[in-house]
Amino acid sequence: MIHTIDITKEHCPMTFVKTKIKLAQIAQGDLLEVTLKAGEPLENVPRSAAEQGFIVLETKQLHDDVYQVTIQK
Amino acid sequence: MATKKLSIICFSGDFDKLVAAFTLASGSAACNYEVNIFFTFWGLNAVKHKEGRTIVGKGFLARFFNFLQGGLRNVPMSRLNFLGASPKLMTGMMRKRNVATLKELIEASEALGVNFYACEMSMHILGIELKDFRPSVKEVLGVSRFLEYSEGGEKLFI
Repeated sequence: MIHTIDITKEHCPMTFVKTKIKLAQIAQGDLLEVTLKAGEPLENVPRSAAEQGFIVLETKQLHDDVYQVTIQK
Repeated sequence: MATKKLSIICFSGDFDKLVAAFTLASGSAACNYEVNIFFTFWGLNAVKHKEGRTIVGKGFLARFFNFLQGGLRNVPMSRLNFLGASPKLMTGMMRKRNVATLKELIEASEALGVNFYACEMSMHILGIELKDFRPSVKEVLGVSRFLEYSEGGEKLFI
């Protein structure tokens, strides 16, 4: 199952806090598509997720400085 | 991999210092740290169950002090408090700029399983009990138990 979260309007630490809370709510094996901005969120969210054992499947640019990171729980 | 741990001694009840404490706490918890916050003295006001000014505590002076201090809605800024107007103005600015407010940071810390502890000695002075705090305050501790819980991790005094 694919879940989505938009953290483009969030700032540190809520970028990864909200992603982490969402990841805690979804089932093992489910995907989470995180829409985020370039800079701190794009650098830290995939890195922190990978450090915690989640699988970062894909990072793609949606437009300008907005990206989508797909994480598997 | 060993669990990383951060323990914060939250002494200050100032709005700006509480924002710093809960930003670190929620951010660290999101990065899989075990996070402990030991609330003592003024810091206890941040986690009182009733967020406004209420009369709690045992004895006249304790009730008087608790009423004056209030709860989360009454925490002052450490500088330029302007009779309590600044925290409200700052909260408005935080909302406007999509930065998490103090209350949102506390709720995020709770959602991520940050351990909240209250200082036994300060509670005794102020005549307040565990039931006077948010349900997330799980235990009343003394120094020795705090040292035990924080052993092997980073410690911060805010």
